[in-house]
Amino acid sequence: MGMTMTQKILAAHAGLKEVKAGQFIEADLDIVLANDITGPVAIKEFQKMGAERVFDKNKVVLVPDHFTPNKDIKAAEQCKMLREFAVDQKIENYFEVGEMGIEHALLPEKGIVVAGDAVIGADSHTCTYGALGAFATGIGSTDMAAGMARGKAWFKVPSAIRFELTGKPAKWVSGKDVILHIIGMIGVDGALYKSMEFMGPGLKNLSMDDRLAMANMAIEAGAKNGIFLVDDKTKEYLREHKNKNKAFKKKIKIYQPDKDAVYDETYVIDLSKIRPTVAFPHLPENTRTIDEVGDIRIDQVVIGSCTNGRMEDMKVAAKILKGKKVAKNLRLIIFPGTQHIYLECVKNGYAEIFVKAGAVFSTPTCGPCLGGHMGILAAGERAVATTNRNFVGRMGHVESEIYLASPAVAAATAVMGKIYNPEDL
Amino acid sequence: MGKVFKYGENVDTDVIIPARHLNTSDPAELAKHCMEDIDADFVSKVKAGDLIVAGRNFGCGSSREHAPIAIKAAGVSCVIAPTFARIFYRNSFNTGLPILECEEAAVRIAAGDEVEVNFKTGEIRNITKGEAYQAEAFPEFINRIIENDGLVNYVKNNL
Repeated sequence: MGMTMTQKILAAHAGLKEVKAGQFIEADLDIVLANDITGPVAIKEFQKMGAERVFDKNKVVLVPDHFTPNKDIKAAEQCKMLREFAVDQKIENYFEVGEMGIEHALLPEKGIVVAGDAVIGADSHTCTYGALGAFATGIGSTDMAAGMARGKAWFKVPSAIRFELTGKPAKWVSGKDVILHIIGMIGVDGALYKSMEFMGPGLKNLSMDDRLAMANMAIEAGAKNGIFLVDDKTKEYLREHKNKNKAFKKKIKIYQPDKDAVYDETYVIDLSKIRPTVAFPHLPENTRTIDEVGDIRIDQVVIGSCTNGRMEDMKVAAKILKGKKVAKNLRLIIFPGTQHIYLECVKNGYAEIFVKAGAVFSTPTCGPCLGGHMGILAAGERAVATTNRNFVGRMGHVESEIYLASPAVAAATAVMGKIYNPEDL
Repeated sequence: MGKVFKYGENVDTDVIIPARHLNTSDPAELAKHCMEDIDADFVSKVKAGDLIVAGRNFGCGSSREHAPIAIKAAGVSCVIAPTFARIFYRNSFNTGLPILECEEAAVRIAAGDEVEVNFKTGEIRNITKGEAYQAEAFPEFINRIIENDGLVNYVKNNL
């Protein structure tokens, strides 16, 4: 029986010729990741396990990105603990404020994850790296601790859903719209315990930033991982983002699903038919096309996050905001994913466009996405966000509302003060 | 044996423990805010041994282990749902919060019912209604982690 792409990566990392859905395996890990929320818990568990040194100082990555720059004393204590552990364990890939970015924007940019890797991260959006052709999945702090100690993690081999992509998306339609459309179709547990594997002739019409946004939200359909077949665009991206640290040898390995791979289901998705899509409160599956939205006034727009804080997202926002002003009494907060993206925005004039339009242009942080800091909502307020979750209270008060959308819809909304179709600007 | 708190589908980790409280990992502190954004009365009403019964996809969202830690520290003895979000599922076993997948129990059990669970057999007894339901047995691999009293000890014994 043939294996899916995910199963092939897992089999290789478990030292097995073949794995089957439902089988329990223990796999070797290429990268083990944590942040300032999950890292401190993992460090405590690591110590309780009696572990002294991490299994490989080059394979553990620590990124203080959630409540940084430190939002309060408790957050500062957590970051301090992460920093001291990184220094003590001589962890190369620890990124201090000033060089850090939002972890899932940062790791691909730095070439820390490549095709064929098996990655666990104590952050649910670790599945982002599937865009690079890696197996990457979110786990909790105890799994993270075990991963740091042994370089291994246990998995139940997942079955998979195949997404066969065809066609080319329209001008203002991005990967974000595609993934919101898919989650709307299959639901927030539509891929529970499974892999989502993306392939087909439409793949070539999706940029790497589109794919990273899509793989990022696989978890929002309940998936264990989302993964894209590796093509020329992936290879070009990996070439451009080669890790510069020589001690940190990364080997690209390309896995293909077997021709007779068994999939639970196959969806054929014509990208040319997808409309700009918005997820209404309070679940990512509550999607409507922009044509069905109606008149919804907005108090705050947030553009950024591990889903949509990349260069193309900044570019589309700048294109729409150029020479325009943010609607009266609306707050627009733009936070790029990494320092590199931030600098590019400064260099090519996007930062000036944002500030002149009346936006806040922030340092990279996860802050507003999870209601941490830098843009909390009051009772009764409504936000359009390019982030990934619109759960009750996610961005602030339990009586606030979040509408998830693409950077194009978000920027158009910021200008018009209500959820707006960028095609109509 | 304990009393049941009942919730709907897709109970997410943001309502189990809102991110504004994640600047600490102290279980007692987290327990004070458990279920705060879905049920403000939960913390004042819950007693040691009580159970949470909910709809499908319990624990969806973030990977924060603070969610099962908060539930366990609040005194909850078991969470029953038809399905769990996968990271929450792992985190529960790894941190020693017992959870059971059982659709029938999730449908039949009402808020306030007195329920007793046998973790060895997976039998769930509803004392109030005089009914019993059978949950899926744990896979052998999971049992090994449980036998080691969580992943920390499992790793300790296998380092």
